[in-house]
Amino acid sequence: MANTAADATTHTGAGEDPSRRDFIHIAAMAGAAGAGLVTLWPLIGQFAPSADTLALASVEFDLSKVQDGQQVTINWRGKPLFIRNRTPSEIERAVKDDNASMKDPEPDSKRHKPGKPQWLILIGSCTHLGCVPTFGGGEYGGWFCPCHGSVYDTAGRIRKGPAPKNLVLPDYNFLSDTKVKIG
Amino acid sequence: MSGHSTYEPKNGFTRWLDARLPILRLTHDSFVDYPTPRNLNYWWTFGGILSLMLGVQIVTGVVLAMHYTANAKEAFGSVEHIMRDVNYGWLIRYTHANGASMFFIAVYIHMLRSLYYGSYKAPREVLWLLGCVIYLLMMATAFMGYVLPWGQMSFHGAVVITNLLGAFPIIGQTITTLLWGGFAVDNPTLNRFFSLHYLLPFVIAGVVVLHVWALHVTGQNNPTGVDPKSKADVLPFTPYATVKDGFAMVLFLIMFALFVFFMPDALGHADNYIPANPLVTPAHIVPEWYFLPFYAILRAIPDKLTGVLAMFGAIACLFVLPWLDTSKVRSMRYRPMAKVYFVIFVVACVILGFCGARLPDDQVIPGLTTVKVFESDLNSFVWLSRVASLYYFVFFLVILPLLGLFEKPLPVPETIATPALSHPASAPAEAVAAPEQKG
Amino acid sequence: MLRKVSVLAAALMLVAAPAFASGGAKHPREIEFSFDGPFGKYDQAQLQRGYKVYREVCSACHSMSLLSFRNLGDKGGPFYDAKYKTSNDNAVVKTIAADYQIGDIDSETGDPIQRPGTPADRFPSPFPNEAAARASNGGALPPDLSLIAKARHGGPAYVYSILTGFVTPPAGLNVPAGRYYNPYMAGDVSSAWTGDPHHVPQGGFIAMPPPLVAGKVTFDDGTPSTLDQQAKDVSAFLMWAAEPKMEDRKQMGFAVLIYLVLFAGLLYASYRRVWRNESH
Repeated sequence: MANTAADATTHTGAGEDPSRRDFIHIAAMAGAAGAGLVTLWPLIGQFAPSADTLALASVEFDLSKVQDGQQVTINWRGKPLFIRNRTPSEIERAVKDDNASMKDPEPDSKRHKPGKPQWLILIGSCTHLGCVPTFGGGEYGGWFCPCHGSVYDTAGRIRKGPAPKNLVLPDYNFLSDTKVKIG
Repeated sequence: MSGHSTYEPKNGFTRWLDARLPILRLTHDSFVDYPTPRNLNYWWTFGGILSLMLGVQIVTGVVLAMHYTANAKEAFGSVEHIMRDVNYGWLIRYTHANGASMFFIAVYIHMLRSLYYGSYKAPREVLWLLGCVIYLLMMATAFMGYVLPWGQMSFHGAVVITNLLGAFPIIGQTITTLLWGGFAVDNPTLNRFFSLHYLLPFVIAGVVVLHVWALHVTGQNNPTGVDPKSKADVLPFTPYATVKDGFAMVLFLIMFALFVFFMPDALGHADNYIPANPLVTPAHIVPEWYFLPFYAILRAIPDKLTGVLAMFGAIACLFVLPWLDTSKVRSMRYRPMAKVYFVIFVVACVILGFCGARLPDDQVIPGLTTVKVFESDLNSFVWLSRVASLYYFVFFLVILPLLGLFEKPLPVPETIATPALSHPASAPAEAVAAPEQKG
Repeated sequence: MLRKVSVLAAALMLVAAPAFASGGAKHPREIEFSFDGPFGKYDQAQLQRGYKVYREVCSACHSMSLLSFRNLGDKGGPFYDAKYKTSNDNAVVKTIAADYQIGDIDSETGDPIQRPGTPADRFPSPFPNEAAARASNGGALPPDLSLIAKARHGGPAYVYSILTGFVTPPAGLNVPAGRYYNPYMAGDVSSAWTGDPHHVPQGGFIAMPPPLVAGKVTFDDGTPSTLDQQAKDVSAFLMWAAEPKMEDRKQMGFAVLIYLVLFAGLLYASYRRVWRNESH
């Protein structure tokens, strides 16, 4: 294939003055860039939670099943959710400590909906590294995390141990006195 | 065309990189400054289109694999989950399914171009063989991909094709059992098909790299079949071929979009929206359209083993093509007799495609009953398949070898630029190194 | 030259039109739907009527297990209402769901229970499994309707034809017990035909008795409940059930095509400009 055309650097066309890009070429390249971006949109969008996952994102719960001093744990968005019906003594203990020194200060009134102090709804995932705390351990009458020893009080606030924040409150509201919608 | 590289790194970083991994140099030499025959027509844009389609299939496929479940009980439901619940899932799925068809449309045009212009002839035999390997890998990938939705056609198509391999004496049953992973097409089969379907496109990509490498060793063919002899015959790949390929790609995408958005199920089969049931066979089992010609060849021969051999033989003809064609002239532009036989060949392939979709004993001309030969009426699709299959083999094994010896080709031009080029420059007035095409 | 090839191929395609009437079924009736064509859309009122037909007639035997109640409230669906952020909050959808009893496990005792549905639940099947379905239907399995409009040649027109196509079988046709003759049903009745062998009736035997009669379902919007109307509406509903994303698809397609055509024009101009000084 004897061929002297091997290094055919060209003669003409757009190569003659590379700094003078014709508008039409810029427009065409812009069109290509636009097409590329538009193509990227659904490819990234499909990573977002799909409709069936989102449908399970909120759950309605009937509180009449939860008695005084009782706690129910349900699976919400793949994580444990504590729904606790606090006794008056638990509420009192939490309110008394409102001004005590703690890592993540928060008054008890902010941890429940107004007028419903007995209902404490928390995500049951320790804010340290995610283990599930158990109720009734530790000296603050609340939850105790067995993994690294974090202790929460009766309002789910971190009082002792390595966890940085109080147990997280999910987004929820009361649909009626006995029904709550979480998420 | 492996000439001296013209790349010159312009800044510190590119010089540094060039001394360590000359990838920019390679890109420049292969796709920017690469000398390309100036007379390539639009049939040459399909290589670029095929690369685009491989990219599209891999990207959409990887994304689909994030949501698909390869288990016989869950597969069908997972595909519907993609269609209904995954954000843009319907778009990605339809793109992937129709993309496979588009991929085959492009590959058939690309192959026909090579047949017509003699791109398989010396010194491009290895280039052609690599292309045949890519084609085989594409067929395997597409076949396994179609099984994944686990619809009726997926399942029963897999049953038919895997049973074909059982036709081989002695080893046939062993091969089939190893392929199935059991006693029939079932969950193990589905799982391994999914794994291989994910793997093979990357193997294809590797062979494509070899294919382009082989192409760059010899340089592209062109419509005259005459090698470039001087700088006047060629132009740098960028921007000349790049912009033409880009334009052709967008036209192709328009056709692709028409299918995806307005007729997404036109190339598929309604039965594949029925979940697979091993106990109920669909009334007509048909493979996807791109396999129909081979399916017709298979069914043309009543004996199971010979039918399988004929089907594989049809593909084998492609592999040995460079050594079957004896003509010294490359391009059929200058081979008037070959042109005619080529057109008939294309028609035969299309006819085989139609035959593959029909029942063997259905009448070609409705209402006309003639005489039965070998238990089938002559006016039947099986006989039409036989005639068309016969032509297919005769074209490769008889016509092409003999034509080269007996035909009288037209005079082949001296150089690419010699004939009055069909598209003279629209603005050649400037003092440009215009090729000496006056003549 | 290769142009001749394409012309020939196109001509062949016109000649060898495949007869889709599988097994000799009659070609589905011509019917227009609001969602036909590149700009077609579902008619929400029709989808609501169609859902009512499904609910009151078909769901007694046919499952629709790929759909969840929340799909009814999705964009383009029968009960979509823009004022709700998601279909999970849609009041109509929640009421429809709560009307159904869904099998579940009691989280405290572990016993199987029935509880009212929520939008996230799938439509329950009328039968616990295939064997029960067959036992209640003379050995035949009523197909799931989630994809029926895409799983049959002719799509919604086929469904409509079957529902309106039941006719008295011609004299000489021995209809097997528990089956009904329908000219639009795929099948081959030649073995049951005692008449002229050159004029075998089209169609086949279906295990479903004619499910609809005029007035069976009362439509809330006052549309006269003819057999034809019910069939049309439920066919449209089933098409939506099979492809809820159709409107999105067509709208996106329109935008994409416009962009591609304009982009093709730009690229062509760029191509001509690049090549203007070169003959080829």
